[in-house]
Amino acid sequence: MATTYDNAVKQVNLREDRAAPVVVESVRKTFGRHTVLNGISMGVGRGETLAVLGRSGTGKSVLLRLIIGLEKPDSGSVRIDGQDIAGMTLDQLGAIRKKMGLLFQHAALYDSLTVGENVAFPLRHHRGEMSKSERADCVDQLLAEVGMEGNLGKMPSDISGGMQKRVGLARALALEPEILLLDEPTAGLDPISSAEINQLILKLQHERQMASVVVTHNLHSAKTIANRLAILDEGNVVIEGTFADLQHSEIEFVKEFLKQS
Amino acid sequence: MNPPLPVKRPVGMPSAASFAGGLIGGFFEWFGSLGIFSWQVLKAGLTPPYEGRELLRQLDEVGSKSLPLVALAGAAIGVVISLEARYSLSRFGAKSMFPATLVYSVIQVMGPIITGLVVSGRVGAGIGAELASMKVTEQIDAIEASAINPYRFLAATRILACILMLPLLTLAADACGLLTGWFAQALVEPLSFHQFVESGFHGATFNSFLPPTFKTTVYGLIIGLIACFQGMRTSGGAAGVGRAATNSVVLASLFLILADVVLVKFILVVFP
Repeated sequence: MATTYDNAVKQVNLREDRAAPVVVESVRKTFGRHTVLNGISMGVGRGETLAVLGRSGTGKSVLLRLIIGLEKPDSGSVRIDGQDIAGMTLDQLGAIRKKMGLLFQHAALYDSLTVGENVAFPLRHHRGEMSKSERADCVDQLLAEVGMEGNLGKMPSDISGGMQKRVGLARALALEPEILLLDEPTAGLDPISSAEINQLILKLQHERQMASVVVTHNLHSAKTIANRLAILDEGNVVIEGTFADLQHSEIEFVKEFLKQS
Repeated sequence: MNPPLPVKRPVGMPSAASFAGGLIGGFFEWFGSLGIFSWQVLKAGLTPPYEGRELLRQLDEVGSKSLPLVALAGAAIGVVISLEARYSLSRFGAKSMFPATLVYSVIQVMGPIITGLVVSGRVGAGIGAELASMKVTEQIDAIEASAINPYRFLAATRILACILMLPLLTLAADACGLLTGWFAQALVEPLSFHQFVESGFHGATFNSFLPPTFKTTVYGLIIGLIACFQGMRTSGGAAGVGRAATNSVVLASLFLILADVVLVKFILVVFP
């Protein structure tokens, strides 16, 4: 059933599964005088995909950065596997981040490294026990999984935006994360590449059963890959539910959002 | 007679007081942020895991790749000092002092500072621009998101490489300076290399040459720290990258010269 913002907060606060992989509770974040997130709450369970939609500048990407600890909330808590990450040091956060993978909006590949080295980067740092050949096999497998086999030696500047996103996804998956965060995975891509990325995410979800949060503008993409959708506006969750819930919502903003999407 | 009209500032122009306040605030903000950044780097650099592979890469980047430039600068300085010294010493009838003048000028004064300034230009700008570019394209965030401490991986390795490489590069600059200085003199009047070395280093002790060479570790610290700091705090796209590179070079060179004043006095007091 669709929920209003207040109900959504209560619903999340009353969740029995307090140890869900990702729990965001009453998080408030401001930059200067601009309030980006105004006490939002949401949770994502194992094997579940939550799509976060909303207009530009409503704090969707900030939400992902808060979940992975790249930003700290002004108030409220972000709990990953039951641990509040707000007061953690960089090295403590590192242990939590090994369970997470993040695909950046513009892929953020290391431009001085090849495609293969980009994917191998987290492995080299955190899987010291792996031999060189095991690591090479792992990189090959990850690149094959995202349909980028045969591009090992190319530089990021030599491949298209869609391909960069695939490589970014392979890098995000390298440490076999339990939580996957995707920031605009289909933004700026043509419809065919978008559909391919959506299918890839669905396939990975099916195989790996991760808790995923996907930030997107693309309603079609959100409908395809997510179990639940949340719409943000002016720092609040306007509605959270399935796509059918959104369709039946009487909230004016939601109706307008669906109409324009 | 009408009273004079009050002077009106154009809209949007800050008063002198608010401008000065902003400048002073910015000054303290910059030093405060630098202090916090230095603490983060120190903490990360001293605790495992150590980034040996990246450190080796940076040693190559800072050391081997700066060597030709530093050697050339050292060689040029050797020739300039040789020409100037010969002329000045001849005027005072002290030509026999030429080898010692060249040796002491190159090793104690010009070699270290020229190496510092050349490395500040090449490496400072390089580190500043590289890290700034990584920052604006979210590559530093990606490193952090991959559970890797960017202060350890990016900053500590680069700063340590600068600290370790500056004395070695200084030795190279000194050697080139002495060689070309002797060669320039030998072209004018006969002076064997053996005579030059014997006379130039006569009465010299380790205290004469080691402190000026090892003070360049402080130059390395300044260059690495300021370039990493400027790079990692960048914002604002391509313009921000340009600003970071420029500020890295300007500030590192400025602090390097200021540090030299203190270090020269310190060396004179501690190693008389």
